[in-house]
Amino acid sequence: MNIAPELIHIAVALAAIAAFIGLNGLVLVWLERKVAGHIQRRPGPYEVGPWGLLQPVADAVKLVGKQLVRPKVADPWLYWSAPLLSFTPVFLLFLTIPFGPRLIGMEFNLGLLLILAFSGLNVLALCLAGWSSANKYSLLGAARAVAQSIAYEIPLLLAVLAIAFQFGTLNLSTIVHHQGPMPWQWNVMTQPLAFIIYFICAVAETNRAPFDLPEAESELTAGFHTEYSGMAFGLFFLAEYAYIIVISCVATVLFLGGWHGPGAPGFWWFLLKVYALIMVIIWLRWTYPRVRFDQLLNINWKWLLPLALVNLLLTLIFVKM
Amino acid sequence: MAQEDIDLIQAINTQDPPVVKVELVNTIFDICRSMSLWPMTFGLACCAIEMMAVGMARFDIARFGAEVFRPSPRQCDLMIVAGTVSRKMAPCVVQLYEQMPAPRYVMALGNCAISGGPFYFEGQYGIVEGVDKMVPVDVYVPGCPPRPEGLLEGLFKIQEKMTGRRWWPMPKQGEAV
Repeated sequence: MNIAPELIHIAVALAAIAAFIGLNGLVLVWLERKVAGHIQRRPGPYEVGPWGLLQPVADAVKLVGKQLVRPKVADPWLYWSAPLLSFTPVFLLFLTIPFGPRLIGMEFNLGLLLILAFSGLNVLALCLAGWSSANKYSLLGAARAVAQSIAYEIPLLLAVLAIAFQFGTLNLSTIVHHQGPMPWQWNVMTQPLAFIIYFICAVAETNRAPFDLPEAESELTAGFHTEYSGMAFGLFFLAEYAYIIVISCVATVLFLGGWHGPGAPGFWWFLLKVYALIMVIIWLRWTYPRVRFDQLLNINWKWLLPLALVNLLLTLIFVKM
Repeated sequence: MAQEDIDLIQAINTQDPPVVKVELVNTIFDICRSMSLWPMTFGLACCAIEMMAVGMARFDIARFGAEVFRPSPRQCDLMIVAGTVSRKMAPCVVQLYEQMPAPRYVMALGNCAISGGPFYFEGQYGIVEGVDKMVPVDVYVPGCPPRPEGLLEGLFKIQEKMTGRRWWPMPKQGEAV
């Protein structure tokens, strides 16, 4: 019996990624509620465990122990497959992200393409969830999710493409190697517009406030996951947090120098930058009110898309000169 | 039961037996459930204002892990009936209760939800005299409206009912605290 060492490497990486996602899900739930509390001048989760640290654990166990409900008219296959479809692609997304100089699941020349392609599956999952629930709010939420995700994917791709053109590669490790340890050697200095466009689109892609139209509770109850209870809802929740980590990781790799940093380079710099970005995303959520749907699409089609195109053209001109 | 109560809808209460029959597991489940009671986002009358105040900076129900007001009844554990239940609203309240997955808990907040409160008089026709005529209530919080501390105390009572012990110290009595 002869197993290729690469396969073992990938299997170990997948196991580590699963642990990373689970742990991060717990940490981010706690962090989000704590930050929300402090932004609103209240302590947030405080009594369950020291500083409320056991709060996400209690939530997770409760969600596992909750009754699972399926509406009678819902399509059972589509209904139960949607949360799984939303959550499972997440593992693949982390596979090609270089966490450190040697800490990478799989060296892959099309790493960026793999991430962008598989993160697109989330839209399908949300669409299935909303459609199969046979609930008008779910259906409206799903329609919004699809319109929003497809619209915002275009400027996001264009922003990422500018980086890809600049270095002539889709390999994430190579892109990190092209950047230096100091902040002024990072891509965010040469491509500030692409970074801003990428960040706005990424927040919209993950359905985070102020772009959380698909689950706007004042209009749509809970959007596409209205009918989901217990762990089915928990999987959507976990997937949302996992996608936040993914977009922060990709932003770190593409724009913020990856694992480079002043002093010793390593995965600590990577995690530091990722968590800084996540904090910004949480901060955005608790600062800005939700946009209207026409505003949401106007921002995209009238501002982000032309700006991304201009940015791409400028990049091309500079690369060719 | 008065004559006018007969046409009130009774909620169908389906409670699945626990999947795991191990006592320790169920204890852990109960403790975790009591520490993350997600209430439903709905208010019927003025008691809802107090319910909102509980989520705000001064009282902060988030300390006990119960600030996640879920808009969808499928994701809720606790139904806070905050206010007067009118006869027109009664079927909706029952439907919301039935839509919640087990285990579910109900708190009747304020005198109106407990017994009709100031609207309880001879010949009234529009008010349900107590939400417990339709759905099983776990904890009654009296007051018109109850103070936010009252709601928090009701939450502690539900936690006590679920786990068999009181988790937080009793408030100081007597002089102003």
